[in-house]
Amino acid sequence: MKLTLHIWRQESPRTKGKFETYFLNDLDTHMSVPEMLDHLNEKLIKEEKDPIAFDSDCREGICGQCGFVINGHIHSPEKHATTCQTHLRSFKDGEELFLEPFRAKAFPIKKDLCIDRTALDRIIAKGGYISVNTGQAPEANSILINHDTAEAAFDAASCIGCGACVASCKNASAALFTAAKISHLALLPQGKMEANKRVKSMVSQMDMEGFGACSFTEACEAVCPQGISISHIVTMNREFWKE
Amino acid sequence: MVDSKVPPGPIQEKWTKFKAQAKLINPSNRRKYKVIVVGTGLAGSSAAASLSELGFQVDVFTFHESPRRAHSVAAQGGINAAKDYKNDGDSVWRMFYDTIKGGDFRSREANVYRMAECSLSLIDQAVAQGVPFAREYSGYLSNRSFGGVQVSRTFYARGQTGQQLLQGAYQALIRQTEVGQVKLFNRHEMLDLVVDQGKTNGIISRNLDTGEMKIHMADAVILATGGYGKIYYLSTLAMNCNATAIWRAHLRGAYFAAPSWTQFHPTSLPQLGEYQSKLTLMSESLRNDGRIWVPLKAGDNREPNTIPEGERDYYLERKYPSFGNLAPRDISSRAAKEQIDNGNGIGPLKNAVYLDFRDAIQREGIEVIKKRYGNLFDMYKKITGMDAYKTPMMISPSAHFSMGGLWVDYELMSNLEGLFVLGEANFADHGANRLGANSLLQACVDGYFIAPHTVMNYLAGMKPNINKDQKSGEMALQESKARINKLLEIKGSRTAEEFHKALGKILYQKCGLSRERNLLLEAKKELKALREEFYRELLVPGNASQFNLELEKAGRVEDYLGLAQLIVEDALQREESCGAHFRVEHQTSEGEAKRNDNTFKYVSVWESLPNEEYKLHKEDLEFLEIPLTERSYR
Ligand SMILES: Cc1cc2nc3c(=O)[nH]c(=O)nc-3n(C[C@H](O)[C@H](O)[C@H](O)COP(=O)(O)OP(=O)(O)OC[C@H]3O[C@@H](n4cnc5c(N)ncnc54)[C@H](O)[C@@H]3O)c2cc1C
Ligand code: FES
Repeated sequence: MKLTLHIWRQESPRTKGKFETYFLNDLDTHMSVPEMLDHLNEKLIKEEKDPIAFDSDCREGICGQCGFVINGHIHSPEKHATTCQTHLRSFKDGEELFLEPFRAKAFPIKKDLCIDRTALDRIIAKGGYISVNTGQAPEANSILINHDTAEAAFDAASCIGCGACVASCKNASAALFTAAKISHLALLPQGKMEANKRVKSMVSQMDMEGFGACSFTEACEAVCPQGISISHIVTMNREFWKE
Repeated sequence: MVDSKVPPGPIQEKWTKFKAQAKLINPSNRRKYKVIVVGTGLAGSSAAASLSELGFQVDVFTFHESPRRAHSVAAQGGINAAKDYKNDGDSVWRMFYDTIKGGDFRSREANVYRMAECSLSLIDQAVAQGVPFAREYSGYLSNRSFGGVQVSRTFYARGQTGQQLLQGAYQALIRQTEVGQVKLFNRHEMLDLVVDQGKTNGIISRNLDTGEMKIHMADAVILATGGYGKIYYLSTLAMNCNATAIWRAHLRGAYFAAPSWTQFHPTSLPQLGEYQSKLTLMSESLRNDGRIWVPLKAGDNREPNTIPEGERDYYLERKYPSFGNLAPRDISSRAAKEQIDNGNGIGPLKNAVYLDFRDAIQREGIEVIKKRYGNLFDMYKKITGMDAYKTPMMISPSAHFSMGGLWVDYELMSNLEGLFVLGEANFADHGANRLGANSLLQACVDGYFIAPHTVMNYLAGMKPNINKDQKSGEMALQESKARINKLLEIKGSRTAEEFHKALGKILYQKCGLSRERNLLLEAKKELKALREEFYRELLVPGNASQFNLELEKAGRVEDYLGLAQLIVEDALQREESCGAHFRVEHQTSEGEAKRNDNTFKYVSVWESLPNEEYKLHKEDLEFLEIPLTERSYR
């Protein structure tokens, strides 16, 4: 299989970047996108050129480490898939692909396709947890949780922290990411106690990091690898305005 | 002989007594002590959070961008605990028994008992943190059963149990960074351990974004750096999993136990081409309804659905009529390998076997199967592009879990004073074969419940001493710098990736699912040659003072090459079969693993000497509670 790749090359956070073009004519349709880049990098290294910096780790869609934009699609042209879960059979033989990093003010580009998403950790640090120390927990079955509530909390908690929601948003908002955590914890009896304080400080951190406001375009839900629903943003807003 | 420091007394009371007698430090003095934790998986995050809650200063290192990306995140199936919520006869004792037997009598009784004991509080802890485990409609926690046991003691959160547990631990950790008790060094790789006269003083790190290298001193160091199954190149592990931290600690004197004991998971997706970088795990639960088979005739290229019943070999059902498709992992993996080696393998590279749902679909209807396994079938389709409702899945065994690791005593401390090793990085509770859903548990228990007590016990015996003499650190730093420069200066013609693939091939073929003396000797030669070639022919682009992913990779492959030689040495030395270690020379007439308790009832504990020489130490294993018996699943 043949592909023409236009890949965003940028030396460092402070330098300017541009697309560079590479032709590959010995690809296999079963390759994943990161495997295609491995293959290209092997060639580049041997030609004494700088290989393409891109992130990936688990390569099975769960760690949240991979992710870039392919022909305008966040992560992947496939629905609810990460970049590492995208295989070349999703493209046509001979197709041209543009690969570029997730773009957002709060996600500075480190090099080429690698970005810095530590802003997301700093949002979690502002209350994205239940304040329980090791050793304090009561017997697990002493607090019952309705089956559907537990399932809904799981749906929110399944976020992999990849930042696709931010990249898909025209305002580069981290509302879905933040709301998913707020909703996960607020749904559970253990997390309710701190819900109000949590939502205020997480939302304020989100603003401080330079993420934009949510205007409910639903773009984030459509690209989220876990299909997390924007209804959590409604929950977040409700929690925010609660006294 | 190494001393495991197991406390005296009845097994049920050992841990309680230890805790009661462990030395303490006054809360206001704790902040004077600094502990370094390397790794933010379940073991590292939980240890760092718990120790800092006690008041210690904790510096946490991970090469990942965020602690949440540690490979614990990928665990699917579940976590065991002896809660006996099902009233099906489970107990701490039974879990202890199952784990010792599952590990083929090659683990330390006292540690295993303690893990089972602590499993009870772990579930409480996770639920309190907000881990959304599966629940019944009544609101109570739900359980399922997992391989190798007869009770239902596995707690789970859909197919993402590891992710959910890790979020609990990660959030606990991040909370401590916010109150200033934990300092997080993300994108920092530990390159060496600082040791002075047998005592651990700190680590050397490299900032992977800037290339800056530094000494970090501490009163104790905890390594929780995960498993090294990726040494086989193709594995169920993440691309960046590595052995650097434990291997460098080993070269500084920390003993390495049972390095060759690696579990191969029977149901991962097969390699489809040379370009492939990893093998994705498919949940073992599929074996509840799928039937495993290969064509009777070697090299049969027909479409699977056109092969008539009489020309199929359901080899697990044939060989193990009582356990059938649910035979334990090591046995199922080995049986598949046998078929593949005999030429009966299927798929483009003839390296897989079929897992067929045809009969289950006929019996129960497609809707039932969809409900049970829908997400797994979808995942299979995402990866392979194939529809497993219509044509059987292709699966094959894959390197998965490292039972081996740095040797630790009852307190999880290595033979190097002040070095603690937690989670998959240590050799502890799983013996020669790990039971499914026990390793998430072990990682959590090590970090939340054991290290806080044993590390404090250690620190209480010394003065806080952060500004120690930096000489040993300075030396280690210079050595790390020199090592990195050496890699860059080779300027040969082969990439780190190529060496890693070559290494993986040798290990799979000659020190994988089954091992044989003459093949191991060949592997030994080939690995030596490969390592020499590495130092002659490696090609790393760029320089050391920049973001350089290839340099990261090269350092990890270098350490894998060193560890691989010890792995083969270990496999050669152990003239018996036990658990995942199957020596062809040592099998019963039925082709099953044959343990040799007279000669090998010990853990091999290795020390590396200069010039690729190794010294064997032994930890004798005593089975005072559970009599040694043969594992049989026929
Ligand atoms: C696909 C898969 C499925 C699994 N499913 C299950 C299951 O269902 N049930 C079960 O019980 N077990 C399961 N396991 C096993 C289990 O997940 C692991 O044993 C366990 O999570 C290991 O946790 P850990 O904390 O020891 O290591 P990890 O989670 O691997 O964490 C290692 C950490 O160390 C850091 N690190 C490593 N080296 C360095 C270095 N040199 N410098 C700085 N940082 C470093 C990494 O950044 C990371 O933070 C599964 C494993 C795999 C691969
Ligand atoms: S590499 Fe982990 S989600 Fe893609």
